[in-house]
Formats: sequence, structure tokens, C-alpha cells
Amino acid sequence: MTDYYNFGLRRLKKSRRNSGIPLHFFIPTLPNPAPSNNRSLFPYSPANQSVTVRRPFPLSHGTTTLGFIFQGGVIAAADTRASAGGLVACPEVHKITPIHSHLVVTSSGSGADCMLWERILTREIRLYQLRHRRCLSIRGTAKLLSFMLHPFKGTEVCVALTLCGWDKDAGNTDCTKMSEDLSSTTDDSSSAVCSSQDVTAMAHSASPSSGPKLIYVCSDGARLQGDIFSVGSGSPYAYGVLDRDLRWSLSKEEAISLAREAVFRATHRDAYSGNNVDLFHVTAQGWSQRKREDLKEEYYRDMKRKTNIVEG
Amino acid sequence: MISAHGFGDPGKMKEYHYTGPVEHRFSPYAFNGGTVLAVAGEDFAIVASDTRLSEGYSIHSRDSPKCYKLTDTTVIGCSGFHGDCLTLTKIIDARLKMYKHSNNKSMTSGAIAAMLSTILYGRRFFPYYVYNIIGGLDEHGKGAVYSFDPVGSYQRDTYKAGGSASAMLQPLLDNQIGFKNMEGVQHVPLTRDKAVQLVKDVFISAAERDVYTGDALRVCVITKEGINEQTIPLRKD
Repeated sequence: MTDYYNFGLRRLKKSRRNSGIPLHFFIPTLPNPAPSNNRSLFPYSPANQSVTVRRPFPLSHGTTTLGFIFQGGVIAAADTRASAGGLVACPEVHKITPIHSHLVVTSSGSGADCMLWERILTREIRLYQLRHRRCLSIRGTAKLLSFMLHPFKGTEVCVALTLCGWDKDAGNTDCTKMSEDLSSTTDDSSSAVCSSQDVTAMAHSASPSSGPKLIYVCSDGARLQGDIFSVGSGSPYAYGVLDRDLRWSLSKEEAISLAREAVFRATHRDAYSGNNVDLFHVTAQGWSQRKREDLKEEYYRDMKRKTNIVEG
Repeated sequence: MISAHGFGDPGKMKEYHYTGPVEHRFSPYAFNGGTVLAVAGEDFAIVASDTRLSEGYSIHSRDSPKCYKLTDTTVIGCSGFHGDCLTLTKIIDARLKMYKHSNNKSMTSGAIAAMLSTILYGRRFFPYYVYNIIGGLDEHGKGAVYSFDPVGSYQRDTYKAGGSASAMLQPLLDNQIGFKNMEGVQHVPLTRDKAVQLVKDVFISAAERDVYTGDALRVCVITKEGINEQTIPLRKD
């Protein structure tokens, strides 16, 4: 089986499409195949091939992300804490990244792995769009990502991405990379239309290949399509809240409030999730982002509500 | 970014009692200590580092600053394993030159940050043991700080501390620059002189409590006029 990126490398060597910077600058070389591997410096190393250098530092892990489909599109929500061992490495990480105007990806697992693989995925989707003059479907994107991650199965790469997007009808060639005048921080109260689309395909399409899509891809090789996913150390708590109230017929405000509540409860109980909640909503018109909300205030409001219930 | 001496062999003080037979493996990493700090203001950026180079119980050098000038508007601070810091800065300089020759312009701070992320991730399975922080001015002339983890995850911030005393300094910066967890305080934007004074005070505190930080402080202030460096003495014990 030809590894995807080796194929890409051969192609790129012939044509100088990368302005001289080879692809292997972007994708790390695998630990095992190279015989002159620079990891095992101990001259009398045992026969076992998977000797690794022990890392003296922890990497960032731990999160709560979720996504679900309802009648108004797809909601993607996540907390914003990146922890490394017992320290909060960064309290304001972006765990939800737009790939193009109709696809948003939530990341979970190791921070660096997710960031770099999202970047590689964005690059590949953009190249596909330029070469084939149409948007790759969400299922195709998930398959592409899964195949790119396959050579790294069994290594320490830890990536669990949920692709949340809206497939447009075949023939629609417009899937702009996010335009700069995006209403990127809007309230759910304002009607946010984000990309320069012509809104002809407004009605929820009856054909199965278009419409909202939610696909989970992870570095172990799993690729699952579904209606609701929650990933990360806080996911059990989020599932509990979502399973109770999630219905297809939710309104947009109810869905947003449900997602927010699920992340809030998860951050309350899981030590590795916390700080703020990010929320994205994807529809046929593209994605819109709700203003990032600090959960500290929500916790105080919740405490007050509880004391009111007890007293009143 | 957490100090490494809780994890693994490098930098860990040796146990001086008998624990039973222990297999000693050669570790390609060492922990050389040091703290780096960067703050971004409205039209300036500050990158500061101490100048102590240590290993275990010894000090190798009292004059080894960890700020490296990359372009006229960007300075990088690297702490961790000194060997990897040196190699990494050499690679960054080479890539900067390559970019300059093929694109006929200098790299912007954001571009350097993105490039460093891919350089670090290219060594995902045998990482550079370096905590990087880039400070500089972006294309609009505003201050920018980009902080990295050893494998390439990065983020644009307003302020960040990295290295051995980072866990001590970061909460102080959160409070003084980010006004976190303070009630009823006016959020005044940071002026350059106040920022430099804050950085000095913060490093004096770090030198008191962290053994790997001390000797001297090198502060680089980046404005559109250029990069201004000052050296301030710290505790030598």
C-alpha cells in the first residue's frame, strides 16, 4: 500500500509546486522505518525496534468537545483549556477551527498534533478545491484525513477530530476559504451570514449526500459518521446532559443553550476541562461563531439559582 | 509550560540512597534551566530572559542569554536544553535566509511562528527539548507574542512566561497584565516603561525562588525604531 504522503512527495519532486520547500518539512518522519534512526543512540540497544527516547516533558491533553446535528444544522462546542501534566499550559486555546466556509473541526488529544494535522488537512482541502474546482464532500474529507493519519497508527500521535459540516449539492463550486469579513464573533441573537455564497440552495435538501454531516476521525483509525459525538476526558459528563434533552426538533437557541450547558457541566466535573466555551453553528450558509464565554460567571449564576431553589 | 525536573532523568537531582539495581540509560536530553518571558504592548514587544546556564547542581555560565535576534522586528527566547536551542536557532536563521532569497522580503513575526511550528513538529518523535517564545511586531506594527510547546503547538498571546520558573511567573502576569481575578479594577493598557519595570520586578522574584534562574537579566525591547537591549544584574546565588 502506498502511503499517501509518499505519493505526494513523488508528485511534488517532479513539479515544483511547493516553491522549493519539500513536503517532508511539514509531515514528520516516522519513528520506525529509518534504519539510521537517530533515536536509539545507545550502541547495544535490544533487538526490539520500538525503543523510544523518553521525553522529559508532558504534552497537552485533556478536553471536552462535542458536536450534534439538529433541524437547524450542526452545533460544535468545546472548552478552551490546554493542560500539560498538572499545569494549565494555556487557558484560551482554540479547539474548534474552521477548515473552509462549510466545515469546522473540533480537536481533542495532543494539542500540537491536532494543530498541525488541521493545518495539513486545510492545505489538502484547498489544493483539492483548486485542482478539481469543487469542494470535497465531508465524507471525502474524513476519508482523506483518516488515510493521511494511517501511517502514524501505533505511534504517539494522538488526534481525535470531529468534522462538523454542511455538504452542498453537487455542482455547487463555491466553497470559499473563510473570507476575512466574516462575522467571526457574533451573538446568537444576530443573524450571521458568513460567506459570499449565493443562497439558492436554502431548503434542507432531500438528497442524502447533502445537508449536515458529523464525522469522527481518530488517529487509531476510526472513522464514524453519526448524529452526536462528544470527545475527550469530559465527554461522559457532556453525553449525560446531551442525551437527556437532545431532539431533532430543537430550535437554534435551544440547541445552543443545550451545547453550552453540556460543556459547562463537563468543565465543572472534569479537572482537565475548563475556562471558556466556544460554540460554532454550521448551516447551509456556512459557519458562524458565538462569542467566547467565560464559564466562571456561569458558575456563580448557577450557584445563585441553586440557593434560590432551596430557599424559595 | 511546566518545569521539567519533575519528569524523567534530565535535570532531576540524583537520589543519594540505595534503591536497588537501576539500569542507567543514556539520555540525549539535559535540562539547562533558564526562564524566558515575553510581553506584547500596543506598539512594542518585550522579550526578556535570565542568563544562567546550569546543569544539575552546577552552573556552566553566568552570561548565556536566551534571547536571539531573528529579524529587525522579531526576537525569539529559547529555554530548555541548550544544545537544542543552539541548533534550532541555526535552523531558523537558515530558513529565514532561504525565505529572503526566494521571496525578496523578510519574514513577518506571524510567518516565523508558523514556520517554527512546522520545524518543531517535523521532529515529533524525537522532539527539540526547547520552550520557545517569539516576541515582535506584526505587519500592523502592534506587539505580538507567540508561545510554543516543544512539539510545535502555538498560540498568539499578549504575555507568556516559559522555562523553569514559568509556573511561578505566569500567574503573576495573569494578574498584573491580564487583570484576571481582580474585581473593580480599571483595565489600563500597558505602557512601555511600566512593562519594562514589571518584567524586571518579575524576574527579581523568580530569581528568589527558582534555583535555575538568576545571575543577570537580558531585556530586549522591540519597537519600530529597532531592538534595544539592556542587561540588569540579578542574584548570583
